[in-house]
Amino acid sequence: MFLIKCPYCGENRSELEFRWAGEAHIARPENIAEISNEEFAEYFFLRDNTKGVAYERWRHIHGCGRFFNAIRDTVSDNFLLTYKAGLPRQPVPGSAPVSPDAPEGGAA
Amino acid sequence: MRKYSVFAVAREAMRSHKGWEPQWVSPEPRASYDVIIIGGGGHGLGAAYYLAKEHGITNVAVIEKGWLGGGNTGRNTTIIRSNYLYEESMDMYEHSLKLWEGLSQELNYNVMYSPRGVMMLSHNTHDQQSFKRHINANRLYGIDNEWLTPEQAKAFCPPLDISKTARYPINGAALQKRGGTARHDAVAWGYARAASDMGVHIIQNCEVTGIRRGPGGEVTGVETARGFIGAKKIGVSASGHSSMLMQMADVRVPLTSNPLQALVSEPLKPIFPCVVMSNTVHAYISQSDKGELVIGAGTDQYHSYSQTGGLQIITHTLDAICELFPIFRRVKMMRQWGGITDNTPDRSAIQSVTPVKNLFVNCGWGTGGFKATPGSANLFAHLIARGEPHRLASGLTLDRFRTGRLIDEAAAAAVAH
Repeated sequence: MFLIKCPYCGENRSELEFRWAGEAHIARPENIAEISNEEFAEYFFLRDNTKGVAYERWRHIHGCGRFFNAIRDTVSDNFLLTYKAGLPRQPVPGSAPVSPDAPEGGAA
Repeated sequence: MRKYSVFAVAREAMRSHKGWEPQWVSPEPRASYDVIIIGGGGHGLGAAYYLAKEHGITNVAVIEKGWLGGGNTGRNTTIIRSNYLYEESMDMYEHSLKLWEGLSQELNYNVMYSPRGVMMLSHNTHDQQSFKRHINANRLYGIDNEWLTPEQAKAFCPPLDISKTARYPINGAALQKRGGTARHDAVAWGYARAASDMGVHIIQNCEVTGIRRGPGGEVTGVETARGFIGAKKIGVSASGHSSMLMQMADVRVPLTSNPLQALVSEPLKPIFPCVVMSNTVHAYISQSDKGELVIGAGTDQYHSYSQTGGLQIITHTLDAICELFPIFRRVKMMRQWGGITDNTPDRSAIQSVTPVKNLFVNCGWGTGGFKATPGSANLFAHLIARGEPHRLASGLTLDRFRTGRLIDEAAAAAVAH
């Protein structure tokens, strides 16, 4: 089970409090009624499914209830960083994976 | 290929078992093939077998990064059934079930298909209505499925607790008697042996690192750990890693890879006569011929390639098993493992042509691919050989995510099934 640092609550909490919410930084097209079926499929269904360092959304559903973003290595499952929703895509911290409960690890 | 039979066993017993041959050969790769299949699990090996047998295409290689059947073919809970709701699913899974019934004879290899019955437990009114809808849909389509009262369910599976005070009370069950289990490794090995006998090359420990394209965009071969191998056609059948392979050809597919766990108990004497599934409380259980209870858990919520999963997932499943079958409360679990399942947004598989010429894909089987092995392999071979889908697989194309004609299969529970 993961320990995840919610950037709003500022604590490492158990995965049971969180819901995974898919790939991060996917913007809904503002002209949704005008785009083609191909463009809609691209936005709605197609995902990178990255093996390695991935950007994803989580929701602290049994805590503050807010969505936030995370950078996680999908091979080791280590969280590299969590940060608030609305911030731009953050750089991947360092190259070595950091354990989520390490002192400075999941700092937002 | 020497035929396996009781006489072969007797003959070898007389001469200290020195005459057995390797089941398949692993030759040096040729410079190029008519068809390369990426992924040496049951689906890929089966597709190679049917390409050779039904379509006369024997210049085929199956390329596998690990060992045969070492991915999801060897990691699932071997449940076989065809009682799905929609016609697209029923077509595929029933085709597969019919092939399972004759597979041991066809391959001359004992895949230990055992139609011991798959019973799905209903715990509430919603389950009951949903299962009865499935039963009616199945029977109208010519697929066996029947409703059992709690007492009938108990008679079919005596360890089941049907008392009114149970934590998860049971108000009935749906039973598909032709459903059951098979031996997962034997499926991969049986297809490999039969395919190899017809000239298919089986190349293990050879990871594909790139897909090379020609000037017209068509595929021309694969880059591998053992160098470039040319191909006129490529079929990708790599379950949880399919989206990575497709990205090598610049094709995005709507897949999410999730860990799915299973576990087995210490061996017990025969006690559990069928397969029991409860989608509502996430418990899947059968007993293998070795005597182990084979238990399937749910998927983890996040996307991952770690081939492991959270302890809370299997704890949740074992909680449910202990409530449904109090007799198993003191049984020890021996081994636990995870596989990486490739899940589509509508939980139905993809078997399709792709925007890239001569590149075909068979993926998205998610948490329920084992039961589909023979049917999927058979129809994937048709797709590769003819360049267009078989009638029975015509609904499973990638195109459905553009047109919106999804197969929203409620019978696929996004957990072990």
